[in-house]
Amino acid sequence: MASNAVLASEEAHTANEHASAIEANAESHGHATEQGEEKEAFNPAEVIMHHIADSHGWHLFDWNDHPVSIPLPVILYTNNGLVVFSSAEFHHDQEGTHVVEAGGQRFVNVHEKIYYASEEANEHGVYAHMDHETHEVSNESPWDISITKNVAALLFAALVILLIFLPAARSYKKNPNSAPRGLAGFVEPLVVFVRDDIAKNNIGHHYKRFVPLLLTIFFFIWINNLLGLVPFFPGGANVTGNIAVTMVLAIIAFVVTNVNGNKHYWGHIFWMPGLPVAVKPLLAIVEFIGIFTKPFSLMIRLFANITAGHIIVLSLVSLVFIFETVWISPASVLLTLFISILELLVAALQAYIFTLLTALYIGAAMHEEHH
Amino acid sequence: MGIVTPGFGLIFWTTLTFFILLFLLAKFAWKPILKAVQDREEAIDSALEAAKAAKAEMASLQTNNEQLLKEAREEREQILKEARALRDKTIADAKTAASEEAAKVLDAARAQIHNEKMAAMTEVKNQVAQLAIDMSERILRAELKDAAAQKAMVDRAMEDVKMN
Repeated sequence: MASNAVLASEEAHTANEHASAIEANAESHGHATEQGEEKEAFNPAEVIMHHIADSHGWHLFDWNDHPVSIPLPVILYTNNGLVVFSSAEFHHDQEGTHVVEAGGQRFVNVHEKIYYASEEANEHGVYAHMDHETHEVSNESPWDISITKNVAALLFAALVILLIFLPAARSYKKNPNSAPRGLAGFVEPLVVFVRDDIAKNNIGHHYKRFVPLLLTIFFFIWINNLLGLVPFFPGGANVTGNIAVTMVLAIIAFVVTNVNGNKHYWGHIFWMPGLPVAVKPLLAIVEFIGIFTKPFSLMIRLFANITAGHIIVLSLVSLVFIFETVWISPASVLLTLFISILELLVAALQAYIFTLLTALYIGAAMHEEHH
Repeated sequence: MGIVTPGFGLIFWTTLTFFILLFLLAKFAWKPILKAVQDREEAIDSALEAAKAAKAEMASLQTNNEQLLKEAREEREQILKEARALRDKTIADAKTAASEEAAKVLDAARAQIHNEKMAAMTEVKNQVAQLAIDMSERILRAELKDAAAQKAMVDRAMEDVKMN
């Protein structure tokens, strides 16, 4: 990784000339830039939005005004099949000014979305057709399955999870029927908590089938949340604060819930017992929408909580740059510390809530009638 | 775009990663961990059950023991009592036997003494009779040394006869 970083920084240096072009472009795009003392005014919103969004390279820091990032593979499923190249080939360009030629095709990166490049650059040097009002790019874009920053962080988190739980499981095999030691001692109360307090309490006697899924959801969210709080590489990516990730988790919860729905569950949705017939169709509509709103709320809750945490921490860190004085830093550091500790709680809490509600929905779908 | 539009690539990779993770963890982590935890729970439960049973057994054993001890104590008392009685009886028997024997010995001794005494008396009597005979012989001899004495003797005897 270190060698990659050095490589990236060299790339950054070679991309010197491009940088000026980007700056010029940024100005022309109406971004908050001032030419007052030959330095750009700090725009916290831009920095924060850039951080919480996904990107094709993993930006580490700026060195002498040049971004240093770890290049990640760009994988595109294009009209001519798979095309793979390094994100370093964009030379940190996110404005569509630098065209990458790969697999006989030309691509540009506009705000971290990859498009087929236009033949000619427009008046701002952007190789894409951009609407003047909305800045919407009308170029075609390939299917982008790049290893982006979030994907890399996701894979790293998966590796961390495997490195925690596989050795823990091995220690159980090594010392059967003994008190849990080491990693197993750390893992066991959490596993038992998910099994007993989340799965067993909310699903009922068929809970065993769902324990592996709930455990995976819980630790996947928790470890990703925690890694997101680590302020330096390879942490700090906003994985669980990305709506694509929370959407996948919510869809899994949705599918598992409805696949396991019994006839009482569907009966309560489409023909609620104990109500006047006239009301039943009305309620069926509400209940039917409810099938989707439940996982939707799961998706939004996790996304919003984690993203909000990242935004608050970054805002507090940005205070020094906003006030342009170092004397604000004690307040900034103390507040960041406070919020970071709070976020540690939120990281566990959101993992817990997501898993708990998933278990609750599954339990409700499998609930046996006892009237 | 913006942060609320899910990106296709991340959906793809998240789905893939999550299911690979789910498979690997379910097979190599959750299954052994959950099994181990459950086995241990069952082992603890059964151990507690066994401990409870053992305790109950101990309690019943203790009452048994107490019963046994009580019986043993009673038996000991009985045996001691019997032994004491036997001892007393033996001593008494021995005493009676001894006194009987002593009486017998005494009787025998007494009889012996009596016999000896009688024999001695007889012998003394015989001796006295012998002495008396010898004395009378000597006296007779001395008195009848001459004819006149003999004549006087016969005369005295003749006088006694006349009286009858």
